[in-house]
Amino acid sequence: MQLLYENLEQTVAVILFGIGFTILLLQRNLIRKIIGLNIMDTAIYLFLASMGYISGRKAPIVVDGVTEVSAYINPIPAGLVLTGIVVSVSFTGILLALTVRLYRRYNTLDIDVIALLAKGEDA
Amino acid sequence: MSKRRSDWQTRPQARIRKWFQQGFTALDDEIINQISQQTIQQPEVSQMMEAQREAMDTRRYERSLALERLERHELQAWVRTRGRKAIGRVYVALALAMAVLMIFFLLETVAHMPRFGDPNAPVTNEVTERYITRGVEETGAVNIVAGMILDYRAFDTLGESTVLFIAASAVLILLRIDRRKDGTPVQELIAAESDDRHYEPRADRILQGSVMVLTPIILLFGIYIILNGHLSPGGGFSGGAIISAGLILYLDAFGFDKAGRFFTYKTFAWVSFFSLSFYALAKAYSFYMGANGLPSGIPLGTPGAILSGGLIMPLNIAVGMVVSCTMYIFYALFRKGGL
Repeated sequence: MQLLYENLEQTVAVILFGIGFTILLLQRNLIRKIIGLNIMDTAIYLFLASMGYISGRKAPIVVDGVTEVSAYINPIPAGLVLTGIVVSVSFTGILLALTVRLYRRYNTLDIDVIALLAKGEDA
Repeated sequence: MSKRRSDWQTRPQARIRKWFQQGFTALDDEIINQISQQTIQQPEVSQMMEAQREAMDTRRYERSLALERLERHELQAWVRTRGRKAIGRVYVALALAMAVLMIFFLLETVAHMPRFGDPNAPVTNEVTERYITRGVEETGAVNIVAGMILDYRAFDTLGESTVLFIAASAVLILLRIDRRKDGTPVQELIAAESDDRHYEPRADRILQGSVMVLTPIILLFGIYIILNGHLSPGGGFSGGAIISAGLILYLDAFGFDKAGRFFTYKTFAWVSFFSLSFYALAKAYSFYMGANGLPSGIPLGTPGAILSGGLIMPLNIAVGMVVSCTMYIFYALFRKGGL
């Protein structure tokens, strides 16, 4: 417990990830599933950002020509988080567009009902 | 089968053909045959018994079939009602167990990770050291993150912009409502227009007045963030998002007619095309020069000045344009299915 408390940010990130995963598994509404996926994304960003932080150091923007490693935090996780945000925005857009199409066709957002209706269409 | 064949043999055309081929005698034979068959056909006892047995067999078979069907129907009904509930409960329990197990294992891992803010964590390795100590003199950007994503890892950022562009194209394919070829609107388009007119604010004085003040400031702030990407926090992605927020605000206040004067599908296509191809060409040039050990000929400038960092500022502008166009077109498509 003590160890978890010292790594509070990462613990919170992991719990958020689990919450998003549970939403993804349990909710039948497509919009809620997408929200769960986005919560998982957010947990990953929090995790990466907390991995890059070093206590007592500044953001990696060079001021007054100081270029020592001991002066700045790790810049790499910031770049990774940026990639993650962009990809998350893209796939959220595509998933929402697909959801809109499904709603227009079946007039429901419940994934089970949509599956049943689609099966009925095939038969 | 036999009935059909006899029909075919006794139909008038066949008879006439027979009469032509063989004369009257053949017909006579046939008539005699028929009469004799009719007279001979007296049902025998054994035949009757057989027929009865057959009928019983078929009845039994049908009954078993019906029973089977009933059983299956009952099973289906059970599956449809209580079975589905039971399966749903089992699914929920399994999902919860899986999630809890996953959280438990991840927490166990987190407990063994290096402490938060630890300067000796394995994440802070020689790559970080290189970026921080040599970043400014190699890329010319004061913002080390900008130097990293647009110089050391520029290929990755090109991929990101392309992912955004592809996402916008996919949403365009999925949601765009086209007119017919002769320009008359489709039923869906009319419905979307009336929905838009019904649900969205129109000619709202308060909104328009505040937008007239806010939009230029928001756009200026976005441009500032893009142009200062190599000097301060920010860059193409965040600045582009801010610019698109300003554009969306304008669209909300003044409607599609006025926004369509400066942003159409053609704008989207050309801006994305020029930005992405400029990015790709510029980075191809610098990769080619760097891989062959040639001087790139792009001045890095004095770190900290606005005109510094070599290619980083133009690349930031390209990324910002792609991002703002993509976000704006997302909004327009989700709202009305077109610009």
